[in-house]
Amino acid sequence: MARGRIRAKLRRSSLYTFRCVQPDAAEAEAPHEFQGPGYSRLVHCNQPSLHRKKPLKYCSNYISTTKYNIITFIPKAIFEQFRRVANLYFLLTAILSLTPVSPFSPVSMIAPLAFVVGLSMAKEALEDWRRFVQDMKVNMRKAGVHKGDGVFGHKPWMKLRVGDVVKVEKDQFFPADLLLLSSSYEDGICYVETMNLDGETNLKVKRALEVTLPLDDDVTFKDFTGTVKCEDPNPNLYTFVGNLEYDRQIYPLDPSQILLRDSKLRNTTYVYGVVIFTGHDSKVLQNATESPSKRSRIEKQTDKIIYILFSILVLISLISSTGFAVKSKFQVPDWWYLKPEEPSSIFNPEKSALTGFFHLITALILYGYLIPISLYVSIEVVKVLQAMFINQDIHMYDEETGTPAQARTSNLNEELGQVDTILSDKTGTLTCNQMNFLKCSIAGTAYGMRASEIELAAEEQMAIDLDGQDPEISSNPIHRNSAHGSWENRKSGSGASEIELETVITSKYEKDQKPMIKGFGFEDSRLMNGNWLKEPNSGAILLFFRILALCHTAIPELNEETGSFNYEAESPDEGAFLVAAREFGFEFCKRTQSSIFVRERYTAPEKPIEREFKILNLLDFTSKRKRMSVIVQNEDGEILLLCKGADSIIFDRLSKNGRMFEEATTKHLNEYGEVGLRTLALAYKKLEETEYSAWNNEFIKARTSINGNREAMLERLSDMMERELILVGATAVEDKLQKGVPQCIDKLAQAGLKIWVLTGDKMETAINIGFACSLLRQGMKQICITMNTDTLAQDSKEAVKEYVLMQITKASQMIKLEKDPHAAFALIIDGKTLTHALEDDMKHQFLNLAVDCSSVICCRVSPKQKALVTRLVKEGTGKVTLAIGDGANDVGMIQEADIGVGISGVEGMQAVMASDFAIAQFRFLERLLVVHGHWCYKRIAQMICYFFYKNIAFGLTLFYFEAFAAFSGQSVYDDWYMLLFNVILTSLPVISLGVFEQDVSSEICLQFPALYQQGPKNLFFDWYRIFGWMGNGLYSSLIIFFLNIIIFYDQAFRAGGQTADMAAVGTTMFTCIIWTVNCQIALTMSHFTWIQHLFVWGSITTWYLFLLLYGMMSPIYSGNAYQILIEALAPAPIYWSTTLLVTIACNLPYLAHISFQRSFNPMDHHLIQEIKYYKKDVEDRHMWTRERSKARQETKIGFTARVDAKIRQLRGRMQKKHLLGGPAVVMSPS
Amino acid sequence: MNSNAPSSSSGGPGSADSSAPRRNSKRPKYSKFTQQELPACKPILTPGWVISAFLLVSIVFIPIGVASLFASRDVVEIIDRYETDCIPLASRNDKVRYIQSPGDKTCNRTLTVPKNMKQPIYVYYQLDNFYQNHRRYVKSRSDEQLKKLNSESDVSACKPEDYVNGSAIVPCGLIAWSLFNDTYGFSRNNQQLTVNKKGISWKSDRDHKFGKNVYPKNFQSGILIGGAQLNSSIPLSEQEDLIVWMRTAALPTFRKLYGKIEVDLQANDVIQLTLGNNYNTYSFNGKKKLVLSTTSWLGGKNDFLGIAYLTVGGLCFFLAIAFTIVYLVKPRRLGDPSYLSWNRNPGGH
Repeated sequence: MARGRIRAKLRRSSLYTFRCVQPDAAEAEAPHEFQGPGYSRLVHCNQPSLHRKKPLKYCSNYISTTKYNIITFIPKAIFEQFRRVANLYFLLTAILSLTPVSPFSPVSMIAPLAFVVGLSMAKEALEDWRRFVQDMKVNMRKAGVHKGDGVFGHKPWMKLRVGDVVKVEKDQFFPADLLLLSSSYEDGICYVETMNLDGETNLKVKRALEVTLPLDDDVTFKDFTGTVKCEDPNPNLYTFVGNLEYDRQIYPLDPSQILLRDSKLRNTTYVYGVVIFTGHDSKVLQNATESPSKRSRIEKQTDKIIYILFSILVLISLISSTGFAVKSKFQVPDWWYLKPEEPSSIFNPEKSALTGFFHLITALILYGYLIPISLYVSIEVVKVLQAMFINQDIHMYDEETGTPAQARTSNLNEELGQVDTILSDKTGTLTCNQMNFLKCSIAGTAYGMRASEIELAAEEQMAIDLDGQDPEISSNPIHRNSAHGSWENRKSGSGASEIELETVITSKYEKDQKPMIKGFGFEDSRLMNGNWLKEPNSGAILLFFRILALCHTAIPELNEETGSFNYEAESPDEGAFLVAAREFGFEFCKRTQSSIFVRERYTAPEKPIEREFKILNLLDFTSKRKRMSVIVQNEDGEILLLCKGADSIIFDRLSKNGRMFEEATTKHLNEYGEVGLRTLALAYKKLEETEYSAWNNEFIKARTSINGNREAMLERLSDMMERELILVGATAVEDKLQKGVPQCIDKLAQAGLKIWVLTGDKMETAINIGFACSLLRQGMKQICITMNTDTLAQDSKEAVKEYVLMQITKASQMIKLEKDPHAAFALIIDGKTLTHALEDDMKHQFLNLAVDCSSVICCRVSPKQKALVTRLVKEGTGKVTLAIGDGANDVGMIQEADIGVGISGVEGMQAVMASDFAIAQFRFLERLLVVHGHWCYKRIAQMICYFFYKNIAFGLTLFYFEAFAAFSGQSVYDDWYMLLFNVILTSLPVISLGVFEQDVSSEICLQFPALYQQGPKNLFFDWYRIFGWMGNGLYSSLIIFFLNIIIFYDQAFRAGGQTADMAAVGTTMFTCIIWTVNCQIALTMSHFTWIQHLFVWGSITTWYLFLLLYGMMSPIYSGNAYQILIEALAPAPIYWSTTLLVTIACNLPYLAHISFQRSFNPMDHHLIQEIKYYKKDVEDRHMWTRERSKARQETKIGFTARVDAKIRQLRGRMQKKHLLGGPAVVMSPS
Repeated sequence: MNSNAPSSSSGGPGSADSSAPRRNSKRPKYSKFTQQELPACKPILTPGWVISAFLLVSIVFIPIGVASLFASRDVVEIIDRYETDCIPLASRNDKVRYIQSPGDKTCNRTLTVPKNMKQPIYVYYQLDNFYQNHRRYVKSRSDEQLKKLNSESDVSACKPEDYVNGSAIVPCGLIAWSLFNDTYGFSRNNQQLTVNKKGISWKSDRDHKFGKNVYPKNFQSGILIGGAQLNSSIPLSEQEDLIVWMRTAALPTFRKLYGKIEVDLQANDVIQLTLGNNYNTYSFNGKKKLVLSTTSWLGGKNDFLGIAYLTVGGLCFFLAIAFTIVYLVKPRRLGDPSYLSWNRNPGGH
């Protein structure tokens, strides 16, 4: 009983949670009233066996994300396959090939289709198998379950039933949606991390009902029973309605008692809960949406080409069938040798219309080579291999987490080469979400020696850029001479700077490897180890440290291994402060309901003094207030208000005599901001007892008041209190960027990509990160579109919208009127404003504005808004978007974007599961896009163009022959030739083109980011090029057919007087085709490894080999092709000379075209190939570095742009001086 | 987050076993192949290469073209079109009835040899507007039956010329049925010139495709008689006219070997031709021609090949010259960075 009283007391207080601005929880709540549909779920707690029968039989906790199972696989997968129009068409032709209408044997039609479909199905099956394995991994996880009589045992997750009581221990995931009964904390709270659900990393507090609190031991569950009536499964993560009937009383349940599956128990030793929703009923799985299947732009364009080809196919089929019908009607009756008087169904001169119709089908099958079934197979194969190369790329392997890059779908490889806009998440993607206390300014003195990563990176970049820098100077004739001079001077020094650069990098790595305290990157002996006592302002420093140790909402947690404390804080910044305070000798060790205990060890490091500070009030942090304060009373009875907050807010609230260090601190704050650190200002004030108690009375009154403006009153009171402060100093915390992020952004910007940051963070944080990544810089005009807080409350929606629209128009006009070509704009918008900006009538204005700005940062956006913004960009600009993120909150945008990239290796897998590509670090994006994207785009584009060329060149010869064969549907080639054409004779070279082709090596792709623009500009798959290739195919088909026909017309083709029969003509023609298309692909390739050589020349050899073998088969199978090569063709010189003539004649125009293009209109990669070929890059290193630095798109973001801007600024100043001081000053770009 | 985050964040059931060995196994193995770093030759089209390639083609092609033309010029060819002339004037109004009516249709013609013709002189017949490549026609045969004695009844492909009175026809099908049956006899100065009809077909056809023990059966015994009769005591492998005919032609105009004259003919020799005009091409207005021709190493008279070679060779030569001139007039230094896109349009940075 006594225990219960203590608990009640504890509960009334605001222990652990800070509720001074929140209403007390004591308000009595009535059980929820609900009935009817939607609220039918009934759960018998601790009696899972009652859930065996309908209607209480709920789904098991087995989850399955697979598409098929063993039984449904075949029918379902086949259905999926034939939903593709192309496959359906092929199926139709295959079925028709079973009828006498078909010009080919059925096998030649069915075999390739079976192959294609089989391959795709195998791929499906494999993917599904992987999903199954992944599911099973989850299903087999163990959870502690009550087995009866108060005994708990482990069971796999999938065996859990509704009503089971489970015990979840620290850092375990919840196996199902649970009703929290009790926890290791006496008041039944527990901390939950919901990263996998919403991407938020801060902990959420869940709270058990009072009545269930005694159930905090295994044994207590022996006789526990209860009934939960609640809502049916639904996907709303933040709502829950239900009642618990326990001990014949009914208690209402709300979301704070529900522990959701896939979230994690943190900071709490254990909890007990009852399973309410299992498996697919759980909220997280209800939320799972099937990822949309995405298709690349090239694939869509390919579809259009297919439509064109299909029209051509239908057209020539119509011509054929008309021709056939006309011939049948008017001429064939006279062709006695066909016995027209004995017609068959497909040959009936009497019914020429019907015959014509049958013939149409024949022709459609015959000319089907225009739409090659093998195109789909080849593309599929090529993409899988490309994806394999992406997975295997050692440069995209992250050593730390041990994760390689992963192409989760191979459909989008080539899309990677066409990306225009990147939409990036911030936390976990750009940053590690780990704060590092790096510098501080106390009483006007700056402490902290360590440079931030941004500083280091900037240095590095400067070193690279100054080496062979300045395109503007070189393009500016006035300065050219001086620039040249300086280059020559630097020629010898370029090597040196690289060495310097290396040392910068290596030293940085060394530092990283040093055992470092997480969250603490501070390095300054003046403050460490108690040395601060010797500093002149030691009083202020003491205060500074105390503010760090006291002004927070964190909970300490003893790490038993090391004996030191870790902190569970709401924000990572706070954690960093506490770690810093600990390292400085102010270890926050205990928090009770009313006090904070700090172990101070500055006087005697061995024997720390534990001091108690009474927490009188806590004024919480909100994004509106941008500050938090605590009012503490120390052991001497002194009352202090300690405050930390955004510098602008704090500076407004300083007292007259508290502004002593304002100037110096402001200077430091600016410096910190510039190097991308997050800053907060710290201040305090001393309170008189009386003054405080007067205020406190007011405050308590306000708190307990129940009327509507309680919040406003509390707000006003807090505001009153936080005035007349005395500035102590400022902190600078580094939001640690992930490795290589600024460099990667710089490179991506140079490649012409636009980068938008969409973050759930506060605006200030986002802006800081923007600076850190060089997405923002000094001198960039920031356009902040926000909502005025005053207008928010009272104004109607229309007025708010009007206001937002006005801001957007104003900003657009400003950009339009801007004359300076170098002016850069940054758009920063917050989530609430975005809701209005994304509405249909305004979104286009918003988009236009955003597109005009060099950087766009959206803060405080919800997952849904992320997806909406992505859709807006995707649909509004019509360009390829890539979304990258790591958390579950990014899933929407990852699925919405043309390409979704997930950051893998961190905990939450949701983003990865929804993504198309998974990489371990943001910086790998550069290689993924600039190298693999570039290659894959070019490969696929060239491959598809070539494929159409090849099949047009081949397919049209069939059509021409028809004109000479009375449109009867006879083909000049043997069935086997045609079958093998796409399957063996020409498939491997084109696959090798699609897999191995490299226009330039990967290093050059990285060194010349401007080459990437060939993709977004779609230089290799525009209609001009596609029609060019089709024209080439048409030309080749004409040459191949007519040269052969004329040469073999009626004359003997051998010295022995034999004339050529159909087999000889067909075989020669086919030989010409094989040579032509294989030589063509050799001309197309620019990169020959042994594989390409083998495939291209091997294909030609295979053809002769096949001919030889086929000719050796019994004439029953080979027919007229029997011994055709050895006996008839090979001894005939005319066979060989025709092959040579036709091959050369077909490839001549292409050769002339590319030679001409190369000579007069070389493309960038041509020139780079030449430079490499002549080793000019080695001979003239200087030119090489200069071109490298110039090879970029005009960009206003990234380091390089930052450096440029700086140089421009410097030059501007110089020129001013120049004008004033006379012409003697010599410009130097450095 | 708190500072023990790394230890706890790797926790959670299932991921606890992510220990070092598993990590290493995920590391892609380095090989030149997987890293796409295989040694490769990267030829580029330099002006030198382009010009030499074109020159090379022209150097190779022009001689071949000249040689082909010479070879073609050496071939002597006599063509005699006779399908109208061999119909008696009286019957010319209804040629079809004439040709279908029974009776002797011998026709005598004279040919003059324009130039010396070395033996062997090949005798061809040339038909025109005869669609041997019609699908119905091409399919209408049975290779099985032609080769094997016991596959006599394998006539499914031969429709509509498969059975007569219920028994299978050998050789079946429209092709065999419509076998050409004009006959030619030559004499010079009243002296018979023998036409050797042996060895006019492919050896492999005689040896392997047409059975040595397969004899014609029920051939041309139906109501409709198509073309030639076959001597049913001679095996198919020796019926060379049939073997030649069964090699269907690719185009509606075609020549087929009839035989060889194995004596030399002198210029201005007059040759008497005794022609049995039996084959019906009149129904479909097909021409019939008799061709006597010698051959060269290239085969028959074929100017086109030579001309085509010369054209392509000449074109290449022209291109080579054009490229040379262009390079002399407006040279572009290879690998000149000033042609790079970012240097060409200074606006693009």
